[in-house]
Amino acid sequence: MIEVYFEKIVPLMLRGVPMTVLLMLYGTLLAAVLSFVFGLARLSRFAAVRGTASVLVELIRGTSLIVQLFWIYYALPHLGVELPKLPAAVIAIGVNYGAYGSEIVRSAILAVPREQREAAIALNFNSYQRMRHIIVPQALPRMLPPFGNLQVELLKGTALAYFIGLGEVFYRTMTQLNYYLYLLVPIFTGLLVIYFALSQLVLLLYRWAERRLAAGRM
Amino acid sequence: MSMHMHAVPLAETAAERGSVRPMVRFRNIRKSFGELEVLKGVDLDILPGEKVAVIGPSGSGKTTLGRLLMTLEEPTSGTIEVDGEYLWHMEKRGKLVRADEKHLHRMRSKIGMVFQHFNLFPHMTILRNVTEAPIRVLRMRRNEAERLALEMLDKVGLADKRDNYPSQLSGGEKQRVAIARALVMKPQVMIFDEVTSALDPELVGEVLAVIKEIAADGKMTMLLITHEMEFARDVADRVIFIADGRIVEQGPPSRIFTQPESERLQSFLGRFRAYRAGR
Amino acid sequence: MNELIPALLRGLWITVQATFGAFALACALGLILAILRRARIKWVSVPMVWLIEFIRTTPLVVQAVFMWMALPRLIGMPLSALTVGILSLGLHYSAYLSEVYRSGIEGVPRGQWEAAVALNFSPAQKWLRIILPQAIPPVLPVMGNYLIVMFKEVPVLMAITLGEMLLAANSYIASTFADGIVPYSLVALFFLAVSYPSSLLVRLMERRLNRQRGTQYGNRIRNRRSRIRGERTV
Repeated sequence: MIEVYFEKIVPLMLRGVPMTVLLMLYGTLLAAVLSFVFGLARLSRFAAVRGTASVLVELIRGTSLIVQLFWIYYALPHLGVELPKLPAAVIAIGVNYGAYGSEIVRSAILAVPREQREAAIALNFNSYQRMRHIIVPQALPRMLPPFGNLQVELLKGTALAYFIGLGEVFYRTMTQLNYYLYLLVPIFTGLLVIYFALSQLVLLLYRWAERRLAAGRM
Repeated sequence: MSMHMHAVPLAETAAERGSVRPMVRFRNIRKSFGELEVLKGVDLDILPGEKVAVIGPSGSGKTTLGRLLMTLEEPTSGTIEVDGEYLWHMEKRGKLVRADEKHLHRMRSKIGMVFQHFNLFPHMTILRNVTEAPIRVLRMRRNEAERLALEMLDKVGLADKRDNYPSQLSGGEKQRVAIARALVMKPQVMIFDEVTSALDPELVGEVLAVIKEIAADGKMTMLLITHEMEFARDVADRVIFIADGRIVEQGPPSRIFTQPESERLQSFLGRFRAYRAGR
Repeated sequence: MNELIPALLRGLWITVQATFGAFALACALGLILAILRRARIKWVSVPMVWLIEFIRTTPLVVQAVFMWMALPRLIGMPLSALTVGILSLGLHYSAYLSEVYRSGIEGVPRGQWEAAVALNFSPAQKWLRIILPQAIPPVLPVMGNYLIVMFKEVPVLMAITLGEMLLAANSYIASTFADGIVPYSLVALFFLAVSYPSSLLVRLMERRLNRQRGTQYGNRIRNRRSRIRGERTV
């Protein structure tokens, strides 16, 4: 039995890992961009920008990833936008976690001491230069720990692509399961271990990034 | 006897004042924060090259005066002129309107400020702290900015710390870097907002020495908001005493500290142990 | 449409049941995990740390399907989707709540523990009368937040055939060949209608709690906002 497990099943499961990682990477890219876009928008001087961003973020946070995924993949086609599985999943993941990430960006920027902004004003930096060279570089180290947690949530979110039939690791495991029901417990345990290993790797990466960013300064 | 060194002759009488255009002019400046009125109508002229010390109890509005000049706060009413132009206003089709960001940006280039808590950029080396503004704001090239920065850091005695980070410096060193950082932008007016108040006593001297040197160089118009009475005596041409949002008394340090006229100033100085006459 | 809304409402009711059942389980289990995690015996605390981490960082949907397929076999009797849903959702979020409890417990001043020792309280009395009453109120808003999060997570249990809203929408679409927009949009709207007011309530609770405790947080934000906006008068 054990031979079957390690020789047949595990490789089949592992073949889904690249798709999981791909989903995570693309999704993270989109989410990171949106986090900054929404986060900075919510700090804008213009009430219209702030308001729109806040409303969008609340709408996205008020419904869950799976509802958004279903909407994008199954409902949108009826409005003329038909997306293949991977883009649909990436967009759903990116938008959802981007909205949560915006709060991380926003509160990290607000946490930079007011005096830094004043010193930058005194030196006559314009508002873009202030953000780009003075505020955001100081906000970045504060963003990393919560972003690390969000990244793990995003990784878990990739499993929901199962519902639209995308071949990431959960889906592949489920399709194989019927042939090996007697190995139910080891299979699921193995699947959970795969996710656990991936998330620990992600967290290690973030710790490394935190250390590198803190080198010397502060 | 204290030494005053000026390159610019200083007008003492009102008549003489009229012939030199003030570098900074506060006219009926009022500033409120919500319900609290911090400045209640301040009029003040500062001549080019003049060193003005501002003293007063905490909450008197002296820091606010500096912050208004540095455009960190907007006046509730009244005007400020710098080098003959309005700071917070501009003329649009013959009328005076609130200045836009472009105008403020242009005016700000004439003013520099050193803060009580240094406000160095913690994520940059000392050298970069000083070069960042010249590069981004003045669009200087990196090597020229670095040359200038090292010159300035040398002047304040910290050229060897160029690659250190602010967290590795003492308070006095940080403040000297802050001074270099502000000076390198070549402002015409420098505001020193209680720059030694946050320092341990033994570090105060090194910072005051640097400021004295800048004052001695002559042309810089300086607004020194300070608690250090001795220092004000040494460097200032004029001392302004502000209390409860108004200028209560002003005059040369030789008179202000020895023969205060107003009761308010007398009691204020009394708390600092009165300086004996004729020192 | 006449069939859709009642079906969705039935699904909503199941969603609510699952949410509260799982929340109760998570609150109870989370507390146990938090206390065990603080055990001085390394043989207990270290595995607890790893167990909590394992549950927290692996997907709920995998855990739920695992339980759905394995549990009935293990205990030899069939289990309803709601039961397994509550068990898996509750277990998953007990890991999160244990961290919430942990921060609340660590927020209790050291002196309180020492006073409990000095007054010779038994462990149970110490926890019930001194520590928990001080640990829990500050973290209530966070717990409230997790309640809302769990509510939104329930559709994931569609994978174990739980008849919640999203599944109801799917069934409706399958049986009437309707297109997806209206059903899925309605589901989204239902979720928003419940979660948004709830989150406002939680924020209100947080503000009231902070006011009682006298934090300056709200004032600092207000002052910063007015300073950033500046005063547009001359």
